[in-house]
Amino acid sequence: MSKKKGFLEFVAGNRFIHILLSILLGFLVGAIFLAIMGLSVGEAYGRLITSVTSLKGFSYVIVYSIPYIVVGLSVAFSFKTGVFNIGAEGQFVMGSMAAAVVGILAGGLPKIVLIPLCFLAAMLAGAIWGVIVGFLKTKWGINEVLSMIMFNWVAFYLSNFIAGIPAIHSDGTAEATKNISDNASTLLSKDLINSLGLCPTANWGILVAIAVTVLVWFIIEKTTLGYELKAVGSNKFAAEYGGINVNRSILTALAISGALAGLGGSLQLMGMGSRISVFSSQEGFGFAGIVVALIGCSNPFGVLIAGIFYGALTFGGSKLNLVGAPTQLINVIVGTVVFFIAISIIFQRLRYIRKPAKPKAPAPDKKANGKEAAEK
Amino acid sequence: MAKQYVDMNTPVIEMRNIVKKFGDFTANDGINLTVHKGEIHAILGENGAGKSTLMNQLYGLLKPTSGDILVNGKKIEMNNPRDAIAAGIGMVHQHFMLVQPFTVTENIVLGTEPTKGVSLDMATARKNVVEISERYGLSIDPDAKIEDISVGMQQRVEILKALYRGADILILDEPTSSLTPQEIVELIDIMHNLVKDGKSIIIITHKLKEIKESADFCTIIRLGRYIGTVDVDTVTESDLASMMVGRNVTFKVDKPEQTPGEVVLDVQDLHCLDYRGIEIVRGLDLQVRRGEIVGIAGIDGNGQTELVEVITGLRKGTSGKVLVNGVDVFNKSPNFGFKHGVSSIPADRQKHGLVLDFSIEDNLILQNYGKEPYSQKNILQRDPIFAHATESIEKYDIRPGNSEKRPAGTLSGGNQQKVIIAREVQNDKDLLIAVNPTRGLDVGAIEYVHKYIVDQRNKGKAVLLVSFELDEIMSLSDIIDVIFDGKIVASLPGKGADENELGLMMAGGGKKHE
Repeated sequence: MSKKKGFLEFVAGNRFIHILLSILLGFLVGAIFLAIMGLSVGEAYGRLITSVTSLKGFSYVIVYSIPYIVVGLSVAFSFKTGVFNIGAEGQFVMGSMAAAVVGILAGGLPKIVLIPLCFLAAMLAGAIWGVIVGFLKTKWGINEVLSMIMFNWVAFYLSNFIAGIPAIHSDGTAEATKNISDNASTLLSKDLINSLGLCPTANWGILVAIAVTVLVWFIIEKTTLGYELKAVGSNKFAAEYGGINVNRSILTALAISGALAGLGGSLQLMGMGSRISVFSSQEGFGFAGIVVALIGCSNPFGVLIAGIFYGALTFGGSKLNLVGAPTQLINVIVGTVVFFIAISIIFQRLRYIRKPAKPKAPAPDKKANGKEAAEK
Repeated sequence: MAKQYVDMNTPVIEMRNIVKKFGDFTANDGINLTVHKGEIHAILGENGAGKSTLMNQLYGLLKPTSGDILVNGKKIEMNNPRDAIAAGIGMVHQHFMLVQPFTVTENIVLGTEPTKGVSLDMATARKNVVEISERYGLSIDPDAKIEDISVGMQQRVEILKALYRGADILILDEPTSSLTPQEIVELIDIMHNLVKDGKSIIIITHKLKEIKESADFCTIIRLGRYIGTVDVDTVTESDLASMMVGRNVTFKVDKPEQTPGEVVLDVQDLHCLDYRGIEIVRGLDLQVRRGEIVGIAGIDGNGQTELVEVITGLRKGTSGKVLVNGVDVFNKSPNFGFKHGVSSIPADRQKHGLVLDFSIEDNLILQNYGKEPYSQKNILQRDPIFAHATESIEKYDIRPGNSEKRPAGTLSGGNQQKVIIAREVQNDKDLLIAVNPTRGLDVGAIEYVHKYIVDQRNKGKAVLLVSFELDEIMSLSDIIDVIFDGKIVASLPGKGADENELGLMMAGGGKKHE
């Protein structure tokens, strides 16, 4: 039936409003927790705001947000193309380790060669990590979510193992790798940082993140590749009927998504970490990427903003203990935001059912997914 | 139809002056509808005329902008389908609302599952389902999964689901669109049994013949406006058709005589398995030549679906040859077949035909996005894509107009089909396969579709038509091949074919897919 443009526009507008509402609700729930703990809401949130609005604070926010943006793009890309890249975590770890290995072992190379080399190594490592999972899915129908979660752990232990190899391991007592060569670092020069009054880890990775945002948008919206991947993501049966090679598309989507997550890992390492510690638990950048992709509606530019927002929350949150509030408050806020966005997505998804499902009948999406799962 | 069961003194549904607006668009503009106890009432209108919108208001899915709805003489306000179900209204949708990986039984009892303590009592559920299916004469396999059964079977499950809920007023949205002629006869019997029981039925349909055969009254809607309610006994099919489209409609397909050329599609000794791993196509031979339409007549489940899936590359066969212009496309990818001359209008338009999330313009280039002028050096060229869509929307009368950027999922079923036909016909391949191409379309749209199919034939293309509409097969085909039990059992000229004779051959040994 004819539900005109007005209706869709309304829904599209509603989407943005939904996100803003979810964020507001997140802060509201956070405020309730603060009140229960007998802390001043005004003081805590005031602190949160002041800590990110100074120039130095904001430079911290930007630095924090770089990996979130790029991993967010990785997950958003996977959402758009119908694979759920919950393995961004492992691809991120592989990417940062690959960049570290190159940045340590090939440290003598000039900056102009070494930095792109580190990026490439990281993207390759992330892509391989994604493609293996894709291969398991397309070849034997192994559910990608399960294998990705397992591959996250494989990456985790592999990273710890590589960090222990003598050529890589720190010469000192630290349970970490050596520092990467200065030639592999994306940090701004000390003079520039001091004269501008930025944070000590200020780096130009944000430019890469912005460039990648534009690139991802371009691929998704403007290229035949994006068309193919989206078609497979939306309806792989019609895509196959239309002559698109579905398996190749899934592999391509996972390779690109993995490469992005890997790149995120290298940006984090080369701009902030300089070395990789032996982890005792997963760092969670990949999972943060899922949150960022959700808040950004899987739109590349939305992800860019959401990544900065998330960076602000993490950095600002770390300052909360100065007013006696627990830093975990941020997790409460983020969790609530994701919860409400997830609800809004369910309503969004109902948009294509011209005649909504009968009561108690599961949403048709579920039906489609079930079908896909059963197909394999 | 004699109105023997109609109780004219007991209106069960009254919809008074219903207006429904979406933004500045008026989908229903002052519609009146009265349905009595024991009455079969048809709602007739073109695709997009506002029939489904009207019924969705009756079923609580939409709220009228203005106007009253009375059920059993009482004015009620329905906020959701639960209210409608509570008022004794049941609805069978045109597009199925079934959970694919669930069994038939699980789907029918969904939401009203019998329980034993805290656990589901599926044995009782199964018994109930078998009972009700026997009572209404709709045989089904209660243990089959929805994803494994044919479209026709799924429709039966939908009808049973509504019956299971014991609705007194049943809304059937295009209920016969996917049924075989035999099943339609059975359904009409069921409908008569139901009204004899004092139930009332509202049937949305484009099929004039069925209205004549089953309905007592018919309400006609055109472009959202109420045209009138007629006593079906007093009007002819062409009266109904002209009231619906507002012009005279010809049912005849204009098809010039022509001599077919060389063979395009040559299927040799084809074998394949169905979802259960049982051989369903068993040594089938088939030929389609240039400039002819070969119609496959058969009862659903005799291998025609699988045959088409093998030809188009969606299903792997076990043995045989599928030559298209001499190239064997057997067990190749759909893309390989497409490149070598196969285009098709698939049976399930929402699953195989369209990417519903994609805009119309993007759906129109589904096989050609990689070619000029739609892309250059792998970059999509939006202007030619848009221009192509504008042209197709115009030429194929896709409604609403100016809908290039609208998601295909927001179109009505008939207009979705027009998008697919526009795409496949414009692909201009040597072989066009059309499976139930007019399923769920109104007479106006059917006229268009038939015209385009015959045009392809006249242009010297080979056309393979698979349809459960015997009328369609008979009026379009140059040659009718009857499929039974996975083989072509008879091949006869389409001209002068006899419906009864065909029906007999289609029933062969009478083994149905159940």
